[in-house]
Amino acid sequence: MPLMNWGRDMTESYLVKMRGITKAFYGIKANDEVDFDLKCGEVHALLGENGAGKSTLMSVLCGLYQPDDGVIVVNGRKVVFHSPKDAIARGIGIVHQHFMLVPSLTVWENMALGSKDMKFVIDENAICERIKELSQRYGLDVDPLTPVWQLSIGEQQRVAILRMLYHEANILILDEPTSVLTPQEIENLFITIKHMKEEDYGIVFISHKLREVFEIADRITVLRRGRVVGSMKTFEATPERLAEMMVGTSGVSEVRAAKEKPESNGKPLLVAEDIVVKNDKGLIAVDGISFTLRENQILGIAGVSGNGQGELAEALSGMREIESGRLYFTVEDVTYASARQMVDLGVKYIPSDRKGVGLVPNMNVAENVALRKYWQPPFKKGFFIDWDEVYRDSKSLVESYEILTPGVNIPVRMLSGGNLQKLILARELSGELKVVIAMHPTWGLDVKATAFVREKLLSARNDGSAVLLISEDLDELLALSDVLAVIYRGKIMGMIEGPKAENIEEIGLMMAGIPTSVGGGNVIDED
Amino acid sequence: MELIVPILAAAVRSGTPILYATLGEIMTEKSGVLNLGLEGIMLIGAYVGFIVTYNTGSPFWGLVAAFFVGMGVNVVHAFLCISLKANQVICGLAMTMFGTGVSSLLGRGYVGETIAGLQAVALPGLSSFPVVGPVFFSQDVMVYISYLLVFVVWFLMYRTKFGLMMRAVGDSPLSAEAAGISVSAVRYASTLLGGGLVSLGGAYLTVVYSHMWVDLMTAGRGWIAVALVIFAIWNPLRAALGSYLFGGVEALQMRIQAGGTTIPAPLLMMLPYILTIAVLVVISVFKGRGRMLGAPSALGLPFYREERE
Amino acid sequence: MRIKIEKRFYITKWQEVCIILASIVLAFSSGALVFHFLGVDPLEAYKMMIDGSLGDFYGMSETVAKTIPLIMCSLAVALSFTMVVWNIGAEGQFVLGALACTAFVRYLYVDNFVVMLACMGISALLAGGLWGAFAGFLKARWNVNEIITTLMMNYVAILLLQYFVYGSWRDPTSLGFPMTPLFPKSARLHQFFSTRVHSGIFFAVIIALILWIVVRKGVWGYEIRVSGQNPKAADYAGIRSTRNVILVMFLSGAIAGLAGMAEMAGLHRRLQPGFAVGYGYTAIIIAWLARLHPLAIIFVSFLFGALFVGGENLQIAMRLPLSSVQILQGLILFFLLGGEFFRNYRVSFIFRKR
Repeated sequence: MPLMNWGRDMTESYLVKMRGITKAFYGIKANDEVDFDLKCGEVHALLGENGAGKSTLMSVLCGLYQPDDGVIVVNGRKVVFHSPKDAIARGIGIVHQHFMLVPSLTVWENMALGSKDMKFVIDENAICERIKELSQRYGLDVDPLTPVWQLSIGEQQRVAILRMLYHEANILILDEPTSVLTPQEIENLFITIKHMKEEDYGIVFISHKLREVFEIADRITVLRRGRVVGSMKTFEATPERLAEMMVGTSGVSEVRAAKEKPESNGKPLLVAEDIVVKNDKGLIAVDGISFTLRENQILGIAGVSGNGQGELAEALSGMREIESGRLYFTVEDVTYASARQMVDLGVKYIPSDRKGVGLVPNMNVAENVALRKYWQPPFKKGFFIDWDEVYRDSKSLVESYEILTPGVNIPVRMLSGGNLQKLILARELSGELKVVIAMHPTWGLDVKATAFVREKLLSARNDGSAVLLISEDLDELLALSDVLAVIYRGKIMGMIEGPKAENIEEIGLMMAGIPTSVGGGNVIDED
Repeated sequence: MELIVPILAAAVRSGTPILYATLGEIMTEKSGVLNLGLEGIMLIGAYVGFIVTYNTGSPFWGLVAAFFVGMGVNVVHAFLCISLKANQVICGLAMTMFGTGVSSLLGRGYVGETIAGLQAVALPGLSSFPVVGPVFFSQDVMVYISYLLVFVVWFLMYRTKFGLMMRAVGDSPLSAEAAGISVSAVRYASTLLGGGLVSLGGAYLTVVYSHMWVDLMTAGRGWIAVALVIFAIWNPLRAALGSYLFGGVEALQMRIQAGGTTIPAPLLMMLPYILTIAVLVVISVFKGRGRMLGAPSALGLPFYREERE
Repeated sequence: MRIKIEKRFYITKWQEVCIILASIVLAFSSGALVFHFLGVDPLEAYKMMIDGSLGDFYGMSETVAKTIPLIMCSLAVALSFTMVVWNIGAEGQFVLGALACTAFVRYLYVDNFVVMLACMGISALLAGGLWGAFAGFLKARWNVNEIITTLMMNYVAILLLQYFVYGSWRDPTSLGFPMTPLFPKSARLHQFFSTRVHSGIFFAVIIALILWIVVRKGVWGYEIRVSGQNPKAADYAGIRSTRNVILVMFLSGAIAGLAGMAEMAGLHRRLQPGFAVGYGYTAIIIAWLARLHPLAIIFVSFLFGALFVGGENLQIAMRLPLSSVQILQGLILFFLLGGEFFRNYRVSFIFRKR
């Protein structure tokens, strides 16, 4: 049983009823007359592609947004949430995709934050006692005294989950909880969720992954473009029907480029030998990695976020210093090459943070296209930039990549996520292209944009380039990679040629740091 | 020994106004709000402290008034920076200009006038210890309060519910908001409280330190306090250390000048400012790499919550 | 009733201008309140200010004379602000430029206008530039907060000025007043007609044009704009931020230094303490109000020049100290900042039964 009995009428076992929820941003309806409810002791999945409105709906439920219209009934009482505080008071807990923990505070400080019965002078011992008690009861192991910034992603998620229980929530919302976990951690999470179910909690499971939803949910509600397209019990659903509901009969975008690896002599384009890279804190993030990227090849790198992928990508693209080891582009030593030199050589980088790194949001399309080319002729003329030339180039890129924008003069912050990514792709894949380093390229994109990105990467490979694909989406990696490596704590745990679905278990083990019989250690491909 | 003790005692006195201001700014910054208007607020506090003491004859009321007026003035900064999400750097500069102008204008008729301010009170027993006695325990009430304040601010920040909220809001306002805390409310509270303390620091200059009004009498102390917050890495105890260091420089400088020296006055007066730069460089060199633990990550960044009532 | 605040996607030029005008009107209105509170008739005070600055030819010429250093200091500040480097030290760099050219006149005077112009100009550019670049270096290398360093250097600069003017540079014939001897003929910038408007105005306008072109169309201008808007994207683009921070502070300081030289050689023709009346700080307001646009800066500087001259008139006619102008400046900035809110966010009121 949840710690508090919310005094509800036991015959009416609905924990939450949402009716007619509508929420619009800048005139676009993120939620359009959505109905959703949650029973006691059930897992209700909210399924939909990125941008469908799932997170928005739950943000409304947990008090972060106020709906423009609609009614919410929680534990039998009609409620109006003015802020997250009200929602927490009514027993609603949420684990956001990005956890929402304060990094500099300890676990117990994060948990106690916002707690209504905390005294003015904090009683640290009482709080830690309670945490230990909950921790044991639900099998979620955490050390209350550790500062959160020192925890791994999986541990942080445990803290976030435990926090919901600490605040006596009986409605638990999990927003895409599996995107940052290894397969084994996902299994553990599902065990925890089932445990919660047995204790009569109600769980909302937000996801865009069909497979998981089938495994864990009792009921499924599908959202598309802000509306509910279907709601049923899990045993009544089929994957095909759900997929169709998620994307609509306009058809799943087929990836038009050829999937099979073309014939090639496999000339090495980017070769890393034992490279060591430090992170911003001065600690080693990449701990002696070696690999060979060949033309006509997609090398995928799987791994839980935070194991050195970002630092690796930055080092390979020239943005970050390589402490030791060597990096070669064909036969040229580029260990100390700058970002600009790498671009000139044809090594392009698609960063995961579109608005934070890849683009300047307040500048317009043309100025952003210039970002990675402005020092090259014909764009640079003496001390000046030939803006006419830049505009010409931008217009042609916008056309060929079908970027939806009123013009090239528009500040890019007004473009949607999918169009932003198209813009970055257009810029990076144009000009001299030999190697593409793509980091989480389809994160947060809807199905159509995702297919577009994948198609472009495959085309690049087919045309003779090498692609390094770093992603947390195992399905994507399996679908696209010719060779798959797994990174853990800055080392490559193993490499698999022609990875298939059967390899998932050992990939998962490697992601968790357990070396397996396949590969293991750092392997330089023999020629 | 005879020479050093009076200088150390003077150092404590000189450092106290800076300490008040630094402690106030630590509180404000810890919750994520950058207040660069300290120079203006201190001047306003100095004036209010002066004029109320002048008219009522009571330094107590002068100090109390200064505290509350400082809070009131900071409402403007808080409103602009927190509710209207203005650029906090520019807002602070505006406050400096405004405060400087107002204090000059209002004080123009009183230049050189004196007031009966606070006198030193030797603490019985404690003040008879060698060295430590006269230096720390033969001072005025405001100095004693400042000792307590260092501890109170530390306790508030690290052992109370409000302090926890403050630290959360300053480091990750989005997470704090999601946890049900009103980022605005916490920031308002810490900005106003902090502003009151800063103003008190300014009032100390007139009511206790010099007992008179001089135009622009803070001479940059407000800015030194801003620098000291960084030097102290937002820790109240280290703030005291830094403040007394500066107090010491000022005391030494005055002693050298009084003692008759060939070093021209303007050059001596440069010392605190050059020292400020040196202190910042030192702390940045040694703590620059990686996380400066204690630095609020969201400092100076306006917080935009999706909606508000 | 609910207040809904949304970030704006776009704003029309007309709306922007309206907001700025509203801010200024409100600023002067609250200034009127302040005057009233001090026992001064606000209408009379404002009338005095306008009469003194724009009412007659002499007033206008004084306004233009004040506009010259304001334009240059504002350009200097705007340049660094474009990269979001907060150069608050324009005041000190201004002083350093004046000191440098005075030193040249004192120690290396040559009776040739062109030579003197070149030497004074270059020394002022270097002095102001190095004064600024030092703070830039500290920021680039160790991430030392440039607001504090440039400010501290302002104080040092003023003390340096006092040191020289009260000391070895003092004019022995000046009856004890702290001032240097008058600049000889070849070290002066020409003043027009019988006004104090000097040829420094050409520096101001030319620098404004150069900056306008460089920032909008130049390679380096693009780089500092990117660095200011998104430092991580600047790294991604291979822009060398360290070099650019130092360079931008050097150029910013150099322009302010040149302003100091022009003020010395064109207006005062002798160094005395207190010649730096806060142009470096007013420059910040002007740059902010003009949204860093060089041509707008020229116009706004003129308005603030009028404010200064008006303030001086108040001082003479109504015996109000110059600090009243500072109060007005502070108020203008407050209201501008408040107005920015409406520029960035759209506020709507929602009336609905719930």
